[in-house]
Amino acid sequence: MTSWMPWRVSKKDFKVIMRKKSIIGYTVGLPFVMAVAFTLVVQNDVVSANVSDASLGLSSLAYIFVILAAILPTSTAAYSIVGEKVEKSLEPLLATPTTDGDLLLGKAIAAFVPAILAVWAGAMVFMAATDYLTFRVFGGLYFPSWVPGIMLFLVAPLASALGIQVAVILSARVSDVRGANQLAGLMYLPFMATFFAGVDGIFPFDIASLLAIGGILLLANVALFFLSKATFNREEILTKWK
Amino acid sequence: MIETVNLTRKFGDLTAVDDLTLKVGEGEVFGFLGPNGAGKTTTVRMLCSLISKTSGEARVGGYDVGVPENALKIRKMVGLVPDNVGLYDSLTAYENLDYYGTLYDMTDSQRREANERFLKMLGLWEKRDTLAGSFSKGMKQKLAIARALIHDPTVLFMDEPTANLDPEASKSVRDFIVSLKGEKKTIFLNTHNLDEAQRICDRIGILNTRLMAIGTPEELERSVRGRRTVFALRKASDAVMASLKRLDVRNLVQDGNRLTIDIDDPEEDNPRVVDAIVAAGGSVVTVSILGGTLEDAYLQFVKEKPA
Repeated sequence: MTSWMPWRVSKKDFKVIMRKKSIIGYTVGLPFVMAVAFTLVVQNDVVSANVSDASLGLSSLAYIFVILAAILPTSTAAYSIVGEKVEKSLEPLLATPTTDGDLLLGKAIAAFVPAILAVWAGAMVFMAATDYLTFRVFGGLYFPSWVPGIMLFLVAPLASALGIQVAVILSARVSDVRGANQLAGLMYLPFMATFFAGVDGIFPFDIASLLAIGGILLLANVALFFLSKATFNREEILTKWK
Repeated sequence: MIETVNLTRKFGDLTAVDDLTLKVGEGEVFGFLGPNGAGKTTTVRMLCSLISKTSGEARVGGYDVGVPENALKIRKMVGLVPDNVGLYDSLTAYENLDYYGTLYDMTDSQRREANERFLKMLGLWEKRDTLAGSFSKGMKQKLAIARALIHDPTVLFMDEPTANLDPEASKSVRDFIVSLKGEKKTIFLNTHNLDEAQRICDRIGILNTRLMAIGTPEELERSVRGRRTVFALRKASDAVMASLKRLDVRNLVQDGNRLTIDIDDPEEDNPRVVDAIVAAGGSVVTVSILGGTLEDAYLQFVKEKPA
């Protein structure tokens, strides 16, 4: 009994990633470090704020997990593709009876799953701790609610997918993982701009706004899908990639 | 098993492979010789359905490489050992092979059996749980060969399989390739190593963007023009030398009483030279023809390429 081809590719990538302590430490560690740091912020500032400010502060902090969802998989995807390029293992892999789509999807899954699970886990820790600390401020549980729910289960996965596609496209143009990560950093700017706009109250973190961000990310994902598909094909990889 | 007709691949204005026409039979070990940039790797990539052709035709195992629907079928029946081994350094030898087995739709038991068979065959079974990254170059090369064979391909493409290996590792890899002849696999071997090609290839093609020559190693050696003939004389007198110069022989080299001359057609020309020596008062002790080597043939054919 053999499994779905992209899953076979993902399984190998999971195995390789699990043995790269720097990547696994970064992917799993960063959301938890953020969760602890944000909990301290909540403990020091939010619990003493009024309900309106506390609500804005918590939504802003929750949005950071969306940014993490965009950041984390780019390094895994870049490692998974540029790493193969550096190790020269792409050519024998391309000589197997797999389609370009199988390989691309397999690598995307391998980057997406650990990143989104780590983001969700980190967010859960933050939310549970926040609920414990702010129970008296709100007179009940602040989380779960629709706003962070949409952030984590709609916007964050779309941001992750976008990060992966950007990493795939950049992988064709750089020759080392660090270069791919540095260039992918540019992708975070719109997310950071949204975050600061939200903190300043210019951009409301409400359901309508988040659905709008989700729509934009969906369109961007569709556009980048065609670009990454055109980039990740055998002919391009073997004749044009740096 | 492999057939190309006027196969051409261009990269913009650069023609990497030009008008390549050749046939490689089932079970044959075919050597592809050529300098760097001659188009050997591009040819292999086209034949493995990794990159497209610009024009011409190519078939592998009866499948037209120009038909996109055939790409998976072709890649299923071929194995590739690229010039860079491209192993996963953080996976063990066994895991490297096993992963490729999954990509060829092999079941768990088929993979277990094949992994053990090839790791044992190549002397790597004891090292099966060692990370590939810690292997020597020779061991990595063997593992790359095992990986290319894991699905029992009909055609094996090997790109410089002994490049950068020490003599012992080279011999071991070469011996293994020879042992594959017994399994009736068609082997297409890109190499710079003339000695290797001569030892293990049934036929050789010399490529320099265009196919400059093709034949058995012996045929290529025989085809070298200007084969040298050594005339050992009792005495190479001035009269003899003057007589030979009048005969307008090519590349006359005198070493004491031994004269070496480039002769295009020994059967026709050697008696004329002997007659001229004798007519000038000399006497010939021995006449020996130095056979052209594969290296001579290679250098000659590669130089024939128009600029």
